[in-house]
Amino acid sequence: MSNYIKLIVLGLIALFAAIGTNYARDLAYQVHAILVMLIAGGLFIWTLRNTEEPDILVDRSAEYMDDVIRYGVIATAFWGVIGFIAGTFIAFQLAFPALNFEWAQGYLNFGRLRPLHTSAVIFAFGGNALIATSFYVVQRTSAARLWGGNLAWFVFWGYQLFIVLAATGYVLGGTQSKEYAEPEWYVDLWLTIVWVAYLAVYLGTIIKRKEPHIYVANWFYLAFIVTVAMLHLVNNMTIPVSIWGSKSVIVWSGVQDAMIQWWYGHNAVGFFLTAGFLGMMYYFIPKQAERPVFSYKLSIIHFWALIFLYIWAGPHHLHYTALPDWASTLGMVFSIILWMPSWGGMINGLMTLSGAWDKLRTDPVIRMMVISVGFYGMSTFEGPMMSIRAVNSLSHYTDWTIGHVHSGALGWNGMITFGALYFLVPVLWKRERLYSLSLVSWHFWLATIGIVLYAASMWVTGIMEGLMWREVDANGFLVNSFADTVAAKFPMYVVRALGGVMFVAGAVIMCYNLWMTVRKAPAKEASLTVAVPAE
Amino acid sequence: MEEYTILRQFADSWMLLLLFAFFIGIVIWVFRPGASKEYKDTANIPFRHQDKPATSEEARQ
Repeated sequence: MSNYIKLIVLGLIALFAAIGTNYARDLAYQVHAILVMLIAGGLFIWTLRNTEEPDILVDRSAEYMDDVIRYGVIATAFWGVIGFIAGTFIAFQLAFPALNFEWAQGYLNFGRLRPLHTSAVIFAFGGNALIATSFYVVQRTSAARLWGGNLAWFVFWGYQLFIVLAATGYVLGGTQSKEYAEPEWYVDLWLTIVWVAYLAVYLGTIIKRKEPHIYVANWFYLAFIVTVAMLHLVNNMTIPVSIWGSKSVIVWSGVQDAMIQWWYGHNAVGFFLTAGFLGMMYYFIPKQAERPVFSYKLSIIHFWALIFLYIWAGPHHLHYTALPDWASTLGMVFSIILWMPSWGGMINGLMTLSGAWDKLRTDPVIRMMVISVGFYGMSTFEGPMMSIRAVNSLSHYTDWTIGHVHSGALGWNGMITFGALYFLVPVLWKRERLYSLSLVSWHFWLATIGIVLYAASMWVTGIMEGLMWREVDANGFLVNSFADTVAAKFPMYVVRALGGVMFVAGAVIMCYNLWMTVRKAPAKEASLTVAVPAE
Repeated sequence: MEEYTILRQFADSWMLLLLFAFFIGIVIWVFRPGASKEYKDTANIPFRHQDKPATSEEARQ
């Protein structure tokens, strides 16, 4: 019966998309309509061929739903490499503008590829990592199979479709020009549906848990899912110009729009890139260190302090703008207070290793997780400092901001995700161990040195250009033209791009290592039969 | 009074007090007697049920 409803819905979507292909007012919408038409049509045929087939019902409630997590792990690694390569390419575009090829103007120039890079690393790499690890963690810590059956598959594939629609939209010019919220209205609507399904799967699993308590990692994941839903809805309140076109108009105007955008933007950092990844930290660091978290009490205070404070920090993006001073001061003060819970969390993560520090010498995976928490501490110190109005007057609009973002994203988010992937692949594919630990060490050092090159060059060039912009001569005239500051940045841009190359190289090594772990590393059961003598 | 002023006054007074009291309440609650023992058990959740879900008999309600 449900197949007939599915067929009707898929048929209608395919029909609507076919009409949209014909009436499309712009290229991005047309390409998306074709894409949706093909996917809905394909699913229609696939569902049709499976209708009235005998149902084979297998009771799987006694095992975890791990196949969707395996897909998520592969998607994380895949999108990660794509996003890192895109970032490295645009870094070279900044150093060598000739790479903005004449034949690809309007498609592959810096302005089009930059949101592709940010969305690929944040939403495709980070988002897939969060979905996959949250599904893994919620099952293990609830001692229950994922709720909702195939709904988890809908979340996974629906999210991939969102990524593809967003990425192709940017290249073809379908963007609403809001940072980290570039996708246009119909892509936003689709993400809303997927996100509600995600929340349902997650919450459903927690509700049917067999453990009396909800482990702290789940609190962080849940805060991430709920808050991102709220941010996404409020920041994307747009009215489409036409149902057959991608262009839409936001209902907020002027400084309210700016404030809502940065309320969204900063909490995308706070809840997507921090709360969600802290969920990862609170599960995978104890697992890899084989000891419980340093202080569970601290983790609870950490959680409530973090979510109570982060939500207010957004206005520090709008110093010296039309935003009233009291509002940007509020944002600045909360950003500085936020330093405390951030470091509380960092201390909790690091001290989990107390009594097991020797593992740092022998286990490169734990080394990766520890350096990620180290980078978390560094960038959560740097961030509050940059939010101070006087510091911001120097740092804002310079490359210092870019360096800060990357020490957080590459160092904290990247490294903790790599650590989680190195933990997950042997477990999910039932391998005894990783294929090669020395390759993990190679990845570790390439990535670390790459980040150091990146952050250091951006500090130098950011502070340099900030000082050059404000430099005045004895008569009060500006000394430097803008082009002077751009020319002066060239060496640092090359160093930054080389840091990016090292980071990509590390990620490619990781993919090879994970691939070989699945292909070549000894299987777990096989080793057990060898180790345990027959009785 | 206009809507903005009413909301602003409420946010600056009672809501602020409520949220602050909630937070302080959590900090006190975390240090309640007997909490350490309970949290020790909770902190060990990741080390149970690694391979398959709990059966209904071993559920720890």
